[in-house]
Amino acid sequence: MSLFKRIIPCLDVDQGRVVKGVQYVDHVDCGDPVQVAQVYDEQEADEITFLDITASHEERGILLDVVSRTAETVFMPLTVGGGVRSVQDIRDLLNAGADKVSIMTAAVHDPDLVCDAAAKIGSANLVLAIDARAVREEGDLVTPRRWEVYTHGGRRPTGIDAVEWAQKMAESGAGEILLTSMDRDGTKSGYDLGLLRAVSDSVGIPVIASGGGGNAADLASALGRGPEEGGAQAALAASIFHFGETTVARVKRDLMARGISVRPPSDHAEAQKPLS
Amino acid sequence: MTGSAKVALVDYGSGNLRSVAKALERSGLEVVRADSPAELDGADGIVLPGAGAFRDALDHLRSQGLDEAVLNAVSRGRPYLGLCLGLQVLFEEGDEHGTVPGLGYFKGRVERFPESGSGSERLLVPHIGWNRVHFRGDHPMVAELPESDDFYFVHSYRPVPSESDSVVGVCEYGEEFAAAVARDSVFAVQFHPEKSQQSGKRLLDAYARWVEKSR
Repeated sequence: MSLFKRIIPCLDVDQGRVVKGVQYVDHVDCGDPVQVAQVYDEQEADEITFLDITASHEERGILLDVVSRTAETVFMPLTVGGGVRSVQDIRDLLNAGADKVSIMTAAVHDPDLVCDAAAKIGSANLVLAIDARAVREEGDLVTPRRWEVYTHGGRRPTGIDAVEWAQKMAESGAGEILLTSMDRDGTKSGYDLGLLRAVSDSVGIPVIASGGGGNAADLASALGRGPEEGGAQAALAASIFHFGETTVARVKRDLMARGISVRPPSDHAEAQKPLS
Repeated sequence: MTGSAKVALVDYGSGNLRSVAKALERSGLEVVRADSPAELDGADGIVLPGAGAFRDALDHLRSQGLDEAVLNAVSRGRPYLGLCLGLQVLFEEGDEHGTVPGLGYFKGRVERFPESGSGSERLLVPHIGWNRVHFRGDHPMVAELPESDDFYFVHSYRPVPSESDSVVGVCEYGEEFAAAVARDSVFAVQFHPEKSQQSGKRLLDAYARWVEKSR
């Protein structure tokens, strides 16, 4: 199989601006999404993801404008999520220029939404996002075996088991799973490999690792297929790319040296500087 | 003739055309959106983009009379570029949501990737991401392209041609599949050059040169 593993910078977008928080709070302004997308395009990111965290649904127009300006400027795959509530929301984002749309909270409220959207739009462009947190029993100090689905930007527990939810949504027609560990998000302490492995072993669709990627070694562990690794098809990262530490091309070189098959960066991509 | 070559970007309700239009313009082509047969008349080339379901695509093309118009333009030697669904509709039939007849320009069917492997060897469907395409065969477009290049794919269905000489690009996913097909004035790909950064630009530049030469 020669399909390359993907490296995906993720931009949290609030009212049309890129922000990055630690564990869903303390947001720092990191710039205009279109300009940031251009930087990652030059670095040859394999895709880019916008997660809209704008609280008010009435401000949807700002996001659609950002998506269309991005699609007119960069010729790379774009996934958009956050606040997607209906098949019409999905269509609006695809028509604005998104290639894939991710659904989270609305799928929990209406489990038929994924099925309905898959029938009308097709599975390939439909991503199910899961925010999960490890469940630790009293006195349980060993590796967690269960993860719970949260909604509303990580504030609301649902009581739903993350692995079972992933399986159910894959059967309903989700084309891909964007799996975020809320315990790790923004901490740069490494992906939750147990969670990744549990989900990627349970579904026949690609899984994108998210939450905790702090360096190339973390990404390699998430993407590797060894028994202690995550087995994900793609790794999402924000912190390591947003704050001027490194570039997508440099991380890819590092991953290649670690035996992970990624799309080799061109000389042009390797000459790019980190986002400042 | 003067001015840049003009291509008709066929709008048959298959979602976003913006990225494709901008990518074609970047390669120096003038783009006109075409949602009726008359708009194909003055075009030097025809581009059929699209993502979504095979049945919906064919229903729209037929209800707008674009099926015949596209095939007529092709028979007049206008270079046709098909992208993703724009490749799939050219085959005899597709089996997404029941069997639906296609335009039948190429012999063969459009089928879902088969279930294969198990555990960590399981073939994941959809096929999403960047994969290497090896070009081969004798076609004006192939002559302009590198031997192999990496492109972005996002699809669950792929063409299964019954005539191997139409296959001008192959890709490995579980098994080798047809990622590019061509005959005469038709060249079509299963991947998305409009989303494939520099490799996509190389392919669209090659298409622009082909259109220019064919005027």
